[in-house]
Amino acid sequence: MATAQAGLWKRHEVFEKNSIILLLGALLVVAIGGLVEITPLFYLKSTVETVEGVRPYTPLELAGRNIYIREGCYLCHSQMIRPMRDEVERYGHFSLAAESMYDHPFQWGSKRTGPDLARVGGKYSDQWHREHLKDPRAVVPASIMPAYAFLDRPIDADAIADDLKANRALGVPYTDEMVALARSDLKAQLDPDGPATADLQRRYPGVSVRDFGGDKARIAEIDALVAYLQVLGTMVDFKIYEDKKNLR
Amino acid sequence: MAATPTSATPTSKYMTEGEVGLGVALMVGALLCALASARAVDAPFSIHMAVFALAALAGLVTILRRYGARPAAPPRQEIDGKPNYNLGPIKFATVAAMAWGIAGFSVGCIIAFQLWAPSLNLGLEYTSFGRLRPLHTSAVIFAFGGNVLIGTSFYVVQRTCRARLAGELAPWFVVLGYNLFIVVAGTGYLMGVTQSKEYAEPEWYADLWLTVVWVTYLLVFLATLRKRTEPHIFVANWFYLAFIVTIAMLHIVNNLAMPVSFLGSKSYPMFAGVQDALIQWWYGHNAVGFFLTAGFLAIMYYFVPKRAERPIYSYRLSIIHFWALIFMYIWAGPHHLHYTALPDWAQTLGMTFSIMLWMPSWGGMINGLMTLSGAWDKLRTDPVLRFMVVSLAFYGMATFEGPMMAIKAVNSLSHYTDWTIGHVHSGALGWVAYISFGALYCLVPWLWNRRELYSLKLVEWHFWISTLGIVLYITSMWVAGIMQGLMWRAYNALGFLEYSFVETVEAMQPYYLVRALGGVLFLTGALIMAYNLAMTIAGKTAAESDPLPADGALPGTAGLAPAE
Amino acid sequence: MTYENASAFAQTSGLLYFVTIFMAVAVYAFWPRNRARFDAAAHLPLNED
Repeated sequence: MATAQAGLWKRHEVFEKNSIILLLGALLVVAIGGLVEITPLFYLKSTVETVEGVRPYTPLELAGRNIYIREGCYLCHSQMIRPMRDEVERYGHFSLAAESMYDHPFQWGSKRTGPDLARVGGKYSDQWHREHLKDPRAVVPASIMPAYAFLDRPIDADAIADDLKANRALGVPYTDEMVALARSDLKAQLDPDGPATADLQRRYPGVSVRDFGGDKARIAEIDALVAYLQVLGTMVDFKIYEDKKNLR
Repeated sequence: MAATPTSATPTSKYMTEGEVGLGVALMVGALLCALASARAVDAPFSIHMAVFALAALAGLVTILRRYGARPAAPPRQEIDGKPNYNLGPIKFATVAAMAWGIAGFSVGCIIAFQLWAPSLNLGLEYTSFGRLRPLHTSAVIFAFGGNVLIGTSFYVVQRTCRARLAGELAPWFVVLGYNLFIVVAGTGYLMGVTQSKEYAEPEWYADLWLTVVWVTYLLVFLATLRKRTEPHIFVANWFYLAFIVTIAMLHIVNNLAMPVSFLGSKSYPMFAGVQDALIQWWYGHNAVGFFLTAGFLAIMYYFVPKRAERPIYSYRLSIIHFWALIFMYIWAGPHHLHYTALPDWAQTLGMTFSIMLWMPSWGGMINGLMTLSGAWDKLRTDPVLRFMVVSLAFYGMATFEGPMMAIKAVNSLSHYTDWTIGHVHSGALGWVAYISFGALYCLVPWLWNRRELYSLKLVEWHFWISTLGIVLYITSMWVAGIMQGLMWRAYNALGFLEYSFVETVEAMQPYYLVRALGGVLFLTGALIMAYNLAMTIAGKTAAESDPLPADGALPGTAGLAPAE
Repeated sequence: MTYENASAFAQTSGLLYFVTIFMAVAVYAFWPRNRARFDAAAHLPLNED
């Protein structure tokens, strides 16, 4: 009995005596939590609702989104409306997982130093956004947002097709046509009278084609950013969306 | 080439495999980076590749000069039967930690004042809040905290294994490579290079570099454990090991990304939407759990017993503490996503484990605090020990508050508000920074072979000024955060929302000022500490310190005994 | 896998898994034979050379 126990304890000693076993033991223990929590999200069908209207970002919106990320907007603005009465009344319908299914990376945020932006699209005019970004306190005197006047510089989006390609490689359904025409689509979205408008609207259903208050001859970073802000939360039509269908 | 042995001297000197291998790797790396810099598609990438190329060249030159200066024989593993501890990389990490700490606290103060007076953003892209905030978080967590962890882990693993650190160049590669990562990450934020994942902002090329450095760190640590002359692996090393290996796993999975071009800085993370959110907060919360908790608990398990001169209260409790903590922490991430579009089952799971986490956390705190039983009087005379004990008190407070905030009902109020910021800082300032300060105050005299610190009185000043700073910081953020949450959900008698959003912003102003002032006090304390440590390293002794023994042993020549 | 499966799994095998691991760690930590080794380990930081 005693020797059997000694043998058993020799075996347990390996944890303190053998660094590799300790390493593997710790790794196993910490891997399990992640595996159990994360993997079901990839194959549980109920994780992401089936909704109509969510489409990949247009090249202009994607370029604007990259500016949103570059300037760290997500540090003060969430994009995730929780299903509480006050939030729904203040910001709109609660956010669906499907609405960010093409968001590489997600922009849900963790802090509301400023208001939630998940459904800011269409709430303010293009001109309001431009003035507000240029000098927030000219529009909202008590705002503490930094001024982004420097966004009036020309945008560098010559390689936007590569951005679409990278997203496609990760599963965003951009077609060959979308990738090939990315650069011209970026310009076309700012020119409602141009020849490509109808084509653009076919590729990106529901897209807003307008100059977003800017000068279409000289595309500025702020144009793209406003285009992105104006599409936020507008893709799903909640007049026809059925909550009950997606109870989970 | 340099790799050939030098000509026939009596004791011929050869380059080691490590010197040749790393030298060649650095040479190739410098060439590739210079090429990438010249052909980069964007300016930040070009600058960063130039930085990498210059760093590789500097590394190459250093290896060659070191080779020229070093004796033919490799450093001895033991001298007079005592391990010949390798302290150089630890000294570097210690000084780097202090410097980065001050930089990180300063940027924190700047962005705190920006929230109070937005004109301080200066209208420049490089100084706006959105770019400085990741600079602050990375500077304090990864630059200050990371250097403390690497430095102390290299010290503790050598001492408790009674063996010289494995490798000669590898530990230097870890320390210098890690700090190079910090430089690239920090300058990247200022130029707008970020993948927008909180606490994992650096882009793909910086992430790849960190992976190389981190794997080397793991190998150095493991190889040193293997060399040990003690039969048992001390529990602090368990925590360090769990910290290193878990951070490796989290870092790799959360940073999987598709670069737009291999010659540009921009990439798109592999996961999207809800999956990306959970993976990010699985990473984010365990950066707290394994970087800011497990790693610093390792410091606690070595430095508190050492400074109190008594063994840890219960070694058995430390074993249970270890397994329970690493078991439960990993599940807690989803509490960052309560009431979001994350499925309910994941939220519930995250909440359950977060609450259970309270127990092992307090187990660790009790173990540390009780180590002082019978020696509580030392708190009155030793401000360094006081730093460590107060850090445990803050740890206990933050690990009670955390599980509470992970309850969905509480979280519905606290989430998105400054309460979270207050909670984070009670952990970051009170626990992480205080245990680090305690460890640095111990470590500097040991490393530089000084009898005692330059001035214990200055440690007292540091302690009280920074404690006042923390109190101002966390109380203002509690009040502000709870007020903010209540204002957002307040309804008037007619059933309409009572406050517009901007009214809640206005209400925050006085609290933001108090918080910023608290931050300034904390920074002031750190500056006092830096001065004190610099004078200690310089070998000075302050007049008000305990008088030296009559034989007048001068600073710098003091005996081998560590400051105990 | 549905929500019901997932939660049933978590509540049964999950519970068993955690209790087992916890018991194993606790038994190991409190096994009388290990006391001496743990005491020696606890003194590791205090031994000077």
